[in-house]
Amino acid sequence: MADEVSCLKAQLSEREEEILALKRKLARLEKSHTSVLKLHDKVTNLEPLPAKASLCNEDIMRYSRQLLLPELSVQGQLRLSKTSVLVVGCGGLGCPLAQYLAAAGIGRLGLLDYDEVELSNLHRQVLHGEESQGQAKALSAAGAVRRLNSTVECVPYHLQLSSENAMQLLQQYDIVADCSDNVPTRYLVNDACVLSGKPLVSASALRMEGQLTVYNYRGGPCYRCLYPRPPPPETVTNCSDGGVLGVVPGIMGCLQALEVLKIASGQGSSCGQQLVIFDAQDTRFRSIRLRPKQAGCAVCGENPTVTQLVDYESLCGSAATDKCRRLNLLSRDQRITVQDYKSILDNGVSHLLLDVRPLVEVDICHLPFSVNIPLSSLEERKCEHIRLLQERIRQLKEQMAGDCRPAVYVICKLGNDSQKAVQVLEKMSGSDVDEITAKDICGGLMAWAQKIDPSFPQY
Amino acid sequence: MESPLPLQSLRVGGAELLFDGVKEHQVTLPSQSEPWDMKQLLVWIQRNLLKERPELFVQGDSVRPGILVLINDADWELMGELEYQLQDQDNVVFISTLHGG
Ligand SMILES: [Zn+2]
Repeated sequence: MADEVSCLKAQLSEREEEILALKRKLARLEKSHTSVLKLHDKVTNLEPLPAKASLCNEDIMRYSRQLLLPELSVQGQLRLSKTSVLVVGCGGLGCPLAQYLAAAGIGRLGLLDYDEVELSNLHRQVLHGEESQGQAKALSAAGAVRRLNSTVECVPYHLQLSSENAMQLLQQYDIVADCSDNVPTRYLVNDACVLSGKPLVSASALRMEGQLTVYNYRGGPCYRCLYPRPPPPETVTNCSDGGVLGVVPGIMGCLQALEVLKIASGQGSSCGQQLVIFDAQDTRFRSIRLRPKQAGCAVCGENPTVTQLVDYESLCGSAATDKCRRLNLLSRDQRITVQDYKSILDNGVSHLLLDVRPLVEVDICHLPFSVNIPLSSLEERKCEHIRLLQERIRQLKEQMAGDCRPAVYVICKLGNDSQKAVQVLEKMSGSDVDEITAKDICGGLMAWAQKIDPSFPQY
Repeated sequence: MESPLPLQSLRVGGAELLFDGVKEHQVTLPSQSEPWDMKQLLVWIQRNLLKERPELFVQGDSVRPGILVLINDADWELMGELEYQLQDQDNVVFISTLHGG
């Protein structure tokens, strides 16, 4: 009798364990099924983030190595789980930032980007993969973050941050990270942070350099305190023009994650009145003491003139993207299309094709019959280049019958520098060199690749 | 009249795209009776270090928007900006604000 009872009890507890295991499996499946990532194309109001009273066993195991740090501890971890962070831009900075915030167990991540994944992004935007090309960056980043830590709530926004939607969006987050790639967005994010009282963890990177500061934090300065007036648009270089080594924004995005985690967990950031400069060439960091909050600041000062969001594209004189600007410096008869140039080639018309890109770009790709003189050399009238130009124009004249002006067609990547070069050449014509007729090829080599020769590389 | 101050030696760096690709210049300012200030240094730099396209560096009598001036690793606003009187061996760096990401 006693034997039978204990045997039944053992069987029962075995079945109970089985049931429990099945229930867990079901819950896991249901959870991953119901929480399909929803891509937001406009700003909506989110449910408040539920406050966790304690860590579950799985949390303890997952975060154990950071829970051991007295700087973080259980209290800090619980604070992370209650914090929401808005990541503005899911590119070279936003990817590593989102990755480390999710891995560390931040509560909610808003991932905002208006753009789609392109092949030329993958060297630095490390959450996106080859299979995500063409997908919204926000969705691609959210998917990658989800695979890393499904307990983090991800809100992907496929939209352009604007004066119309920024306040409603920022109000719903505790900390904002500026990972954007253009000047108007940086002023917009700053003003929205000041007006909604959110700390702004801001970083930027270009070529082999990075910068990081936390703005509007514990009485410190805002972006406008430092930069009251936007830079002239022609002095701003973006990553698609100037280039960037992928690991440089990677390092800066990781530093942003560090500052966000310290603010969110209650340790606080020391970058509130400090600019950290990273020189990747010399592998050197420098910390710069910054001015305090400025009484005369237009947005955070004592008598602010900016009390609501303004038009940032007109404030900065440029568009809120890092796509290249299209200049229009010349009249129509000073320009030809790539199709026109193709027929000039096909008809064997004598001319000189001048490629005015820097040598590093000519090394990537060029038309075999072009002569390379960088725009900067033309502007500075570099002797050896002027001699080369004189020589080629003289040769061209010898080939041509009669005494008509030799034709010089100028090409660059996108057709902006080539227009500037035509203006320089027109000044030189008849003085530094023989009289010539200079025209630029609209859209440059990228238009050539798109419309004439699809085998020509694009970069 | 005061005797002229000795020559001042400075390091001027940053904005290497304007300064012919050179990251750091060791410069010696000619002696004058008054100490050099930042306002005079900007004029001197324009005449001696960058000859092309000064509009990329200065605007009015100060630096153009988008350039941050550092004197010995501090924001020049903390040091008196244009009125700051240069000391021998000072380190003056011009930082172009980056916007890329
Ligand atoms: Zn301010």
